[in-house]
Amino acid sequence: MKFDLSVLTDNLGAIADGFMVTLGTWLGGVALGLALGLLVAVLQLFGPRWLRAILRVYIEIIRSTPFLIQLFLLYYGGPALGITLDAIPAGLIGLGVYGSVYFAEIFRTGFNSIPPGQLEAAECLGLSRLQVIRRIQLPQMLVLILPALVNMVTILCKETPVLSIITVPELTLVLSGIGSQTFAFAEVLLALCLGYLALVEATSRVGQALERRAQRYLGTSPVKKTLQEDIA
Amino acid sequence: MSASRANDAIIEARGMGKRFGDNTVLADIDLRVHRSEVVCLIGPSGSGKSTLLRCLAFLERYDEGEVELEGELLGFERGRQGQRVAASNRRVRQVRRNVGMVFQQFNLWPHMTVLANVTEALKRVKRLSRTDADNRGRAMLDKVGLADKAAAYPAQLSGGQQQRVAIARALAMEPHIMLFDEPTSALDPELVGEVLQVMKQLAAEGMTMVVVTHEMGFAAQVADTVVFLDQGKVVARGSPSEVFRHAESPRLQQFLQNYLERNAFWDTLEESTTHA
Ligand SMILES: Nc1ncnc2c1ncn2[C@@H]1O[C@H](COP(=O)(O)OP(=O)(O)O)[C@@H](O)[C@H]1O
Ligand SMILES: [Mg+2]
Repeated sequence: MKFDLSVLTDNLGAIADGFMVTLGTWLGGVALGLALGLLVAVLQLFGPRWLRAILRVYIEIIRSTPFLIQLFLLYYGGPALGITLDAIPAGLIGLGVYGSVYFAEIFRTGFNSIPPGQLEAAECLGLSRLQVIRRIQLPQMLVLILPALVNMVTILCKETPVLSIITVPELTLVLSGIGSQTFAFAEVLLALCLGYLALVEATSRVGQALERRAQRYLGTSPVKKTLQEDIA
Repeated sequence: MSASRANDAIIEARGMGKRFGDNTVLADIDLRVHRSEVVCLIGPSGSGKSTLLRCLAFLERYDEGEVELEGELLGFERGRQGQRVAASNRRVRQVRRNVGMVFQQFNLWPHMTVLANVTEALKRVKRLSRTDADNRGRAMLDKVGLADKAAAYPAQLSGGQQQRVAIARALAMEPHIMLFDEPTSALDPELVGEVLQVMKQLAAEGMTMVVVTHEMGFAAQVADTVVFLDQGKVVARGSPSEVFRHAESPRLQQFLQNYLERNAFWDTLEESTTHA
């Protein structure tokens, strides 16, 4: 069989749709994961004891089961619990929940890296918990955890093919469909690799730009240095 | 303090106790501080000075007794049957609103400029406009002699300057009470003076102050009352001359003796020259 890219060009519309679904579920999952993760981390640090215990169990369960099984449970087991979701929302939510526990761990490390004395000073001056988080902790820790966050975002990108199992019409599902119809597996696999490579590459570019910006913003202040010393 | 002010206690701790697990760190502390009084807390390391101070700001929750700030119970509320129930965070902040605290490690926020450190709470807590907050912030920096450092970041300052910024940050909130926990202990010796100078000025202006310190000279000069703490108990208290010159407690005598020996370095000098 000849290597023939017309298989791809003939199906460009369908491939583009699949790419957009991948992009949408991925970025949606990232947004949900970041929000949930931050919430979990904050509640773990400041929430009541019983809630912290529940969150520990949540994290443990998500971390120690395969993403595939979690998706199955959500999509096929959900209706039994009264949660009926279309494939795309189910995929997005599944990805977000899966990512949230890793994001939560990253945020938690970040929160813990801020010296407690800084928080006590804020408390004595009358700042509320939320103000302390927003004004004192987050700005200092974001610089620090940015690389870990970006890394997790790329990992989630590479998990999106799993969504094909629950029939989400994303890039992998679309292309493997084309592959089995035309037997042009080489072309299809090449397209898949290039697609994910582009996404991951774009992510790390954005991550590097953000880091540079953060460093420039902190350029006049030695905060990054002191933070690194605190962690060391 | 004059007799007319006898009931004018701005801080009143009665029978206060604090445990960490099984370790009783403070026992039966009675402390009464009057308006404009300067109290210096002295005592050996580990005697509970920091813990006492932190309980007065409710950074630590005390287990026994009561603390009142300007007549308001700190950290707790009285329940229906008069029992003690934990107060909400909001209530704690409200009762603590007139307390400023200065820490040994300064605890400035490194990602903010000096001026932003001083104005943060003015903007977020007192809800001052940016202009008003900046004006007051600059006035406070001027007061501690750092008007020209407004745009600097904390790490660009010396320790003594950082501590003065921390004092300005606390003063900006117009506290009625200032608590200092060994404010000069983290400083190089040549920087101690500039911080003590600011504190002396505050005392002279009538600020109510509780100062944990190892600077006996400062205590002797500035304190109205010196309180000696040992193993979590108040062992002696009185005017500086009562405590320093007429120490009765053997523990206090021992403590002062140690202090003198540590500081009288010239004695050893003389000995070695005579022996040479
Ligand atoms: N957070 C804490 N947890 C447990 N023990 C503590 C804590 N803080 C202080 N202590 C103990 O309480 C005692 C008094 O400490 P502290 O108030 O710091 O003394 P000082 O300031 O006089 O040196 C010490 O024995 C110390 O080990
Ligand atoms: Mg101490």
